[in-house]
Amino acid sequence: MKEQRAATELAITLTVNGERTTRRVGARRNLADFLREDLGLTGTHVGCEHGVCGACTVRVDGAIVRACLMLAVQCDGAEIVTIEGAVGDVIADLQREFHVRNALQCGFCTPAMLMTAADIVHANPRASREEIREHLSGNYCRCTGYQSIVDAVEAVCRSRTRS
Amino acid sequence: MSTVKNKTASPIGAALPRSNALRLLAGRGQYVDDIMLPRMLNAAVLRSPHAHARIAGINAAAARAAPGVACVLTGIDIAAMCEPYAGVLKHVPGMQSAPQLPLAVERACWQGEPVAIVAAATRAEAEDALALIEVDWEELPAVTDAETALDHGTPVIHPQLGSNLCFERVVASGDVPGAFAHADHFVEAEFTTARHTAVTLEPRSIIADFNTGDRRLTVWQSTQVPYMMQWILAHHFRLPENQVRVIAPDVGGGFGLKIHIYGDELAAVAAAITLGRPVKFVADRLESFVGDFHARGHRVRARMALSKSGDILGVEVDDRYGIGAYSGYPRGSANEGLQVSNLVCAGYRHGAYRAVTRAVFQNKAMYGQYRAVGHPVACLVSEGLMDLAAAKLGADPAEFRRRHYHGADAYPVKLPGGPVLERLSQHEALDRLLEIMDYRGLRAEQARLRGQGVYRGIGLASFVENSNPSAATYGQGGVSIASQDSCTLKLTSTGGVVAASSITECGQGGHAVIQQVVAAACGVSVERVKVILGDTDATPMGGGVWGSRGTGICGEAALQAGKALRANILAFVARLRDSEASLFDIRDGVVVDAASGAEVMTLESVARTAYFRTDQVPKDFQPELAVTRSFAQKTYSGAFTNGIQASWLEVDPETGFIRLLRHWVVDDCGTIINPLLVDEQIRGACVQGLGAALYEQCLYDEYGQLLNGSLMDYRVPMAGEMPDIVVGHTVTPTVTSELGAKGAGEAGTAGASAAVLNAVNDALQPFAVRISGIPITPGRLLHALGKI
Amino acid sequence: MKAPAFSYCRPENTGQVFDLIDLYGDDARLLAGGQSLMAALNMRLDAPAVLIDLNGVGELAGITHHNGRIRIGAMTRHADVADSPLVAQHLPLLALAAPQIAHPAIRNRGTFGGSIALADPAAEWPACCVALQADIVLASRSGERRVSAGAFFRGLYETARLSDEVLVAVEFAPARPDERAACQELAPRRGDYAWAGVAAQAAVEGLVLRDLRMAFFGVGACPLAAPHAIAVLEGRAVTPALIAEAQAALEQDLEPSGDPQCSAQLRMRYAGVVLARALDDLLHVRSAGR
Repeated sequence: MKEQRAATELAITLTVNGERTTRRVGARRNLADFLREDLGLTGTHVGCEHGVCGACTVRVDGAIVRACLMLAVQCDGAEIVTIEGAVGDVIADLQREFHVRNALQCGFCTPAMLMTAADIVHANPRASREEIREHLSGNYCRCTGYQSIVDAVEAVCRSRTRS
Repeated sequence: MSTVKNKTASPIGAALPRSNALRLLAGRGQYVDDIMLPRMLNAAVLRSPHAHARIAGINAAAARAAPGVACVLTGIDIAAMCEPYAGVLKHVPGMQSAPQLPLAVERACWQGEPVAIVAAATRAEAEDALALIEVDWEELPAVTDAETALDHGTPVIHPQLGSNLCFERVVASGDVPGAFAHADHFVEAEFTTARHTAVTLEPRSIIADFNTGDRRLTVWQSTQVPYMMQWILAHHFRLPENQVRVIAPDVGGGFGLKIHIYGDELAAVAAAITLGRPVKFVADRLESFVGDFHARGHRVRARMALSKSGDILGVEVDDRYGIGAYSGYPRGSANEGLQVSNLVCAGYRHGAYRAVTRAVFQNKAMYGQYRAVGHPVACLVSEGLMDLAAAKLGADPAEFRRRHYHGADAYPVKLPGGPVLERLSQHEALDRLLEIMDYRGLRAEQARLRGQGVYRGIGLASFVENSNPSAATYGQGGVSIASQDSCTLKLTSTGGVVAASSITECGQGGHAVIQQVVAAACGVSVERVKVILGDTDATPMGGGVWGSRGTGICGEAALQAGKALRANILAFVARLRDSEASLFDIRDGVVVDAASGAEVMTLESVARTAYFRTDQVPKDFQPELAVTRSFAQKTYSGAFTNGIQASWLEVDPETGFIRLLRHWVVDDCGTIINPLLVDEQIRGACVQGLGAALYEQCLYDEYGQLLNGSLMDYRVPMAGEMPDIVVGHTVTPTVTSELGAKGAGEAGTAGASAAVLNAVNDALQPFAVRISGIPITPGRLLHALGKI
Repeated sequence: MKAPAFSYCRPENTGQVFDLIDLYGDDARLLAGGQSLMAALNMRLDAPAVLIDLNGVGELAGITHHNGRIRIGAMTRHADVADSPLVAQHLPLLALAAPQIAHPAIRNRGTFGGSIALADPAAEWPACCVALQADIVLASRSGERRVSAGAFFRGLYETARLSDEVLVAVEFAPARPDERAACQELAPRRGDYAWAGVAAQAAVEGLVLRDLRMAFFGVGACPLAAPHAIAVLEGRAVTPALIAEAQAALEQDLEPSGDPQCSAQLRMRYAGVVLARALDDLLHVRSAGR
């Protein structure tokens, strides 16, 4: 068994938006800063750095997480999807519904809001408005007051459950 | 105007999705923190941990030597390169404030005041270096209670001012003592609102770059007001104005937070000038709570005198609010008080009036304008008094308001404080509201549920909201803030239009407004209009976005510019065709025969002729296909709008929890350019008011320490607790402009808290208790019920 | 809010974890879900020299049913506890508590063991463990030991875990077919830490609760088992008067602290409210397994 020692800098190899990437990163670099500054993927935003506002939400190995509360070094071998690489019908439909309903104003919460919204469309397309609101409750928006966002998510959910 | 407005498919009034939102949806926006420049440094700011303390010495040697650190600046360093400032409006008599510098020099006067700035290769290294700075603090007593700030015995924060009074203003009209002496009834209450902070999701952010080659300062800033910043930076750092460029890229929320001057941002600029390299400073969330300008935090004692038959004989208001240790710069911390003293019961015939407002200095965070400035407090007081009066007289709250609204023929109405109400649609808005909310149905449901021990309430809040402000707000106070805006248009060689304009986009839809108005005015499709905003090098001069002015003022400039460009194009075509301009029109990018609609020339052809085929242009004619028009609203101090809100909620008397069931707003902002923009602005603004009503409060202890300065503890409204909000409109265009548009951005915030407070009191009616302060936390509600 | 500098290591098995603990001692922190630790580091409330990341120790995650006990590995995510069929069938209390924890993105990373080891007084899982008299499994180089939940939580953020130990799992007795569970809390907004909450389980026979176990959270430095309130309720037909008596008995059981936004008195009141609501759930909810 090789002896493990802690390091202040490590090499990580991870797949981000389908692209395999190898970097050396400082141990304390969080995933949000890594994505934004090391990879130039600035669509993921930093709003609080204590896990409350949700602006940094990305997908790691299929699950939405707070990028500000993960370290880049923890993502060796991981598959990350950020808004720049979020593809597929669900995201596209959500973007369209957000757009026509003006469910974004300053846009700072929007990438994360879309990632979280996609999560509920996938997991529970029969969600009620109440359930949609609850699911979105970890994503802070100061501009919209949330209703247009809920409307947009509801519209996409309904489009998937119409038989 | 009729050629534009009567077009059936006019972009004005069209609910078009915003073309500049697409990149935000794709995560391809560019906010200040997204910008990475070569050799850019990252700054961190050392802040005072004490509310009031002398700085006996600062030792930054270890910090300077720390890994990655390029420089450390303290107050003394910055004082040598920056003009001090004081947020005093010359037209507010007696207003005073001590001079201030970006970093504290001798004393820190609030917990969070910037004391030193470190510029390092990374933010992390800058923060590491902060920990190595040694400050020799000598704590001083802190003034933290606005009520006692003026008492003999309370320390005076700035002895040279003689007191902790920033300003005091009295508005008086008629015989108030007489009104109360002769009153058959009177109602009174003490209203309080907590201190609030804007909590923009994108924190304050700035990159300053000083090019030592040409001594030009370029600043990218999350700001609502690039031209104001340009003037400030040039003046305070002693640079020629044309050597300063301010760019507002995508801005992640403003709400009035980003129109003030912050020491930490100026310190970052100072660092850039010192080093000749880009320096980025982004306020993190924790420092935002102590570094951002706060607002609200009023205590208002108010009373209303009534005759036996219910006429309002007089209203008296005593407002006190605690600001920071300095009046905010450059706009001053007076506007909240000015608006409160101007606007209590502004929408009603109220007889005699006396309002006193006092702003007092405290050792707390700086204070200034935040969405709806003072209006939410005035509305809370007005609408609270109206409900008290209605209850006293046994009148229905809706009918009591209707009865006292200014008559339709009363306008313009001059308020005792000076502002003039051009024309409001209060009766119509009330009718519309009662209809869309099914007021009678809700009253019946309320009664039925009360019988089952379920306590629901309806709260109304009628409000007026200033917009399109004139120079009365700032210019007349000696402050270098524009009350005009401009729009420059040019026809491109392929027949498109580029519009460069002086407002900014921070999500409210400024880009779309300009785009739609210009498209309508020029006769081109919206897709053919490109809008450039937020760059002092690339746009004409103007005031930016605040005070609900963007659409009303800059929209008018855009309209006039579009009309002028259209006129120039048609004059050119008429000259080419040896005809009259009035016989032509521009429709969907084509110059046509106005009568038949037959195509005469495409705009591309017009442009190509003017630019490339000058040989085909008559020798005596020079087509001008670039025009600039400006507009300022000069008729009134502001174009007042009106609206009314209603809250329907349920109170749980066991837990004190309040469930917001539904909310309605009927708003009159005059001509609506894009209903999608307006309605969503109203909803978002409402939710800020709902947050104020239920959750938001900056809590300080007696030592001036902010107790809840994180997003866990300062509670902002989240999706789970907010209701659906139904929005309706009445339309009373302002005649101060051809466009007729008034502002809508702040209306939601102006009335939402009052509607909730009134609804809570309505719900609690069976318990015969009244609450008059916000936030209405569960603890406050239970305390009012005597349960704790 | 950038974390202070630290070194990082990612062991692959518990043996390596013990080696690293030996090597770095009190200078190291164990990183589980990171939803609390990373926030604390970002706020510079803590400055360890080393983080030992447990996320690579696969043997610590997973939920198993073995020898009549349900074992939840320490590194099992909250979301996985919420979605687990074993939990749904055998630990209905946990299934009720899970959706109330924070928000989906937090639940995807936060871990069961991390929550127990942190012992936040307002957290749901520690109270569930106390209510269900779970065994906290602690491992060190010298082997495993079990501490019952009631003895594990000692004070504010203080547990029985020794500095050379790793919390590796929590073991539960499965609910009996006649038992029902309830988890009620009052929080300022959905997903916020509770002002007061209760995790409860009992066998229900008509209006009578037997073998009632409860633990309150948010109203003391640790989860509190409320023996006086239980004594009032155990084996007696639940009536409004009995509920009131139990609520009054809570005064002897709970020690809430106040904060500027919620007083101790208010938390005590809320403890009574959530008690009543939990009792209502117990008496009316379908029992486990049906």
